Amino acid sequence: MWFNELDSPIAVAFAISSVLLLAAICLAMRRIMKGPTAFDRVIALDLMGGICLCLIVLLAVFFEQLVLLEAAFGISLVSFLGTVAFSRYLGRKGQ
Amino acid sequence: MSLIVAILMVLGSFFAFVAALGVNRMPDFFMRMHAATKAGAFGAALMVLAAALHFGSLRAVITALCIIVFFYITTPVGAQTVGETAYRKGVKLWSRTGRDQLSEDERD
Repeated sequence: MWFNELDSPIAVAFAISSVLLLAAICLAMRRIMKGPTAFDRVIALDLMGGICLCLIVLLAVFFEQLVLLEAAFGISLVSFLGTVAFSRYLGRKGQ
Repeated sequence: MSLIVAILMVLGSFFAFVAALGVNRMPDFFMRMHAATKAGAFGAALMVLAAALHFGSLRAVITALCIIVFFYITTPVGAQTVGETAYRKGVKLWSRTGRDQLSEDERD
């Protein structure tokens, strides 16, 4: 059965963390769907970028892949660009 | 060592979950932005720290430090830009906010 594989602390932490991160993604998605203003949606999208960084690091630790840590490095560099671009777009004059 | 890595990973994902919960439960756009930015960045930093302790090689530690430093530099930039634009566009503060210091400063 699947719970026989929960034999090390890393595996238990992987199970708990993946459930927590999945719940976090669902909550952020709820705010994206219902947010009263467009700024709420932008902020929730930014938060989803951070949660995806957490997920990639989690997979890197569990599957022993150091390369995935560098994918997380790329996300940490570019994830704020979307937020800045959206806020400039929403804040332009004459609207 | 693997116990410390496990505890750090659970703590990091817990903080990411708290950030998402704050984005849902806070009454005001600016409070939601505050929750998403602070708790989200802290949770990501804890996860990356756990990865650095787990791998332990020089390459992993340097990559992890770069991730933490750049994430902590870029997240406030995005949050400040969104917050300023939202304030200029007239997003309402919470009805029970004590004082609005930015409007007081601009009136003077």
